[in-house]
Amino acid sequence: MSETLIKVEGVSKKFCRSLKKSLWYGLQDLGREMAGQRHGGNGELRPDEFWAVKDVSFELKRGECLGLIGRNGAGKTTLLRMLNGLIKPDTGRIEMRGRVGALIALGAGFNPILSGRENIHVNASILGLTRREIHTKIDEIIDFAEISEFIDMPVQSYSSGMAVRLGFAVASTLTPDVLILDEVLAVGDANFRSKCWRRIGELLQNAAVILVSHEAYAISRVCDRAILLDKGEVKCDAPANETLSFYVISQPLEMQSGIRAIHESVKYFKLHPITNDLRPGDFLEFDLEINMKQAVKVDHAFVNINDPSDEVHAQSYLQFPSLGLSKGGNLFHIAIGPLFLSRGLFTAVIFISGFGGKVPIIHSRQELTFRFDNHINYGPKFYPPGLVKSCLI
Amino acid sequence: MKTSELPVTIYTPESSLASPGKMVREMFADLAAGRELAWRLAVRDIQAQYRQAFLGILWAFILPVANTLAWLFLTGAGIVTVSSTSLPYPVYVFTGTMLWAIFMDALNSPLQQANAAKGMLAKLNFPREALIVSGIYQTLFNAGIKLALVLIAIAVLGVFPGWRALLIPFGVMSLILVGTAVGVLVTPIGLLYTDVGKALPLLMQFLMYVTPVVFPMPKEGWAATLFAVNPLTPVLVTARDWLTGQTPESLGYFLLVNLVTVSLLLAVWIVYRLAMPILIERMSA
Repeated sequence: MSETLIKVEGVSKKFCRSLKKSLWYGLQDLGREMAGQRHGGNGELRPDEFWAVKDVSFELKRGECLGLIGRNGAGKTTLLRMLNGLIKPDTGRIEMRGRVGALIALGAGFNPILSGRENIHVNASILGLTRREIHTKIDEIIDFAEISEFIDMPVQSYSSGMAVRLGFAVASTLTPDVLILDEVLAVGDANFRSKCWRRIGELLQNAAVILVSHEAYAISRVCDRAILLDKGEVKCDAPANETLSFYVISQPLEMQSGIRAIHESVKYFKLHPITNDLRPGDFLEFDLEINMKQAVKVDHAFVNINDPSDEVHAQSYLQFPSLGLSKGGNLFHIAIGPLFLSRGLFTAVIFISGFGGKVPIIHSRQELTFRFDNHINYGPKFYPPGLVKSCLI
Repeated sequence: MKTSELPVTIYTPESSLASPGKMVREMFADLAAGRELAWRLAVRDIQAQYRQAFLGILWAFILPVANTLAWLFLTGAGIVTVSSTSLPYPVYVFTGTMLWAIFMDALNSPLQQANAAKGMLAKLNFPREALIVSGIYQTLFNAGIKLALVLIAIAVLGVFPGWRALLIPFGVMSLILVGTAVGVLVTPIGLLYTDVGKALPLLMQFLMYVTPVVFPMPKEGWAATLFAVNPLTPVLVTARDWLTGQTPESLGYFLLVNLVTVSLLLAVWIVYRLAMPILIERMSA
């Protein structure tokens, strides 16, 4: 079970920024293709073009799982589309062995007018299942999607969750040699998501898998190896956890001009970060300067610590002096901790409300970013020590 | 499991035209692989189309019937005068417009199918031929309904195809063949630029008037040459002759057009295949 199923050698792809030019280049490429010339010319960029994927190489064996990570627009999806044979590479060579399956675009080709059962046939045909395969698996699909009572109703009357569940159930009946997974993986409610993961786990064992995800958790748990793409180039190709660490470290720690909403009673407010490289047990410290046009009593104030996908990892209530904010300048020193977070970038979201607790006075996001270092890449927010003692029976 | 047993797929920037033998093998392999899918898609579209329409399959012939009535009115009221035809004029117009409608169905179908499947095309890899074949199935289905109606209508008017009824399928297939070839030809550029989809009906309107659909062939002048040269003329006329039990006059030209169209269809099929990845690249991701 160790054949190499995917071989990617020096693959690049260019994209165009302007639509008009893009269409015109498309027409030119069409002409070139008809003339039997190779796609992508000699690797030069035409005006307004850039490399969406540049010189990517890797190999993957059966049973291995490769993670693709990187920011939006790093070229992950473009690479997947080339692997899936949807678009041609501009340079390089891709070799795939066996049946290729993709868990992308769940429920493609569903027609809302037709019943769930009819749509299973259509969707499964599109994905390449034969009539006989569909026939033997249709009950299994309906069971998996948990929609047996609605299966003869038109799909337009399904909730979005039901449609997506049906899509996943059909797509995951394939038993491919090469499996391409893009984000979608787990859909629906918590129960169904864990069912999805179990199914994916079964598929993983017998296939060479490429997984694109923003969730460090998924990559770290499932993948043996991960590639970090940045502006189309491979920045790191290493065991999954090493790539994840590299990704966190290489992300620029910049104070973005975040989103802020301030009440009219506030003249201005400023955040002065004090610490921005933290380790387990450290405190996040910063100064909060608020200049008020009028005195306001603070009712609620809290700080959320969120990861880049806005999931809350910690929340801290702030006890303001009972006098609240006085007219003119106010300066507070704030320390939150001790913090135990997983490795990654975090941002502190500050929320202060007054006027009986109903009106937000300050709501600031993404202005206070910090990096946390830990040996754990994902998961629990708190890690107490675990003691193991042998006992007499 | 041995490595050699698994099919190998290779993607490179090289044009498939560089290795024609392999390309032709792949073309027919994909056509075979897409048969079931094409059938499924056709069934899906036909079911959906008629399930959501109150008038159901009436829509397959409402337009040509309305067109026929309009022309009968125009000639009957003397607004347009038409030289005499060998068939009763209502039969002439009705068979003409119905056959033309079949041709138009076939012609519009490839671009329509590809446009409707854009989302699927951009995200999933399936035999692209299935879209064309599915379109042909749907055209055939609608053509069957139209033909049944025409045969009933002309029988009421006293015209019977006789033993030539056996040849009707060939006439219709030929119309669909020509329509599909032209339709596939315009599909690649039509997917890129919407201009094609807009210009096509305009062009076809013009083409209809230089084909003996509602007018008989002019006897002389430059118009007569235009009608005679138009490759659609023998296809439509022959189909109508078989439908109405007459002896086809331009059988030689008819066969020639079909022969040329078969090779044209092969050529545009290649173009369509080569174009798909390039077009998908220019569609939304």
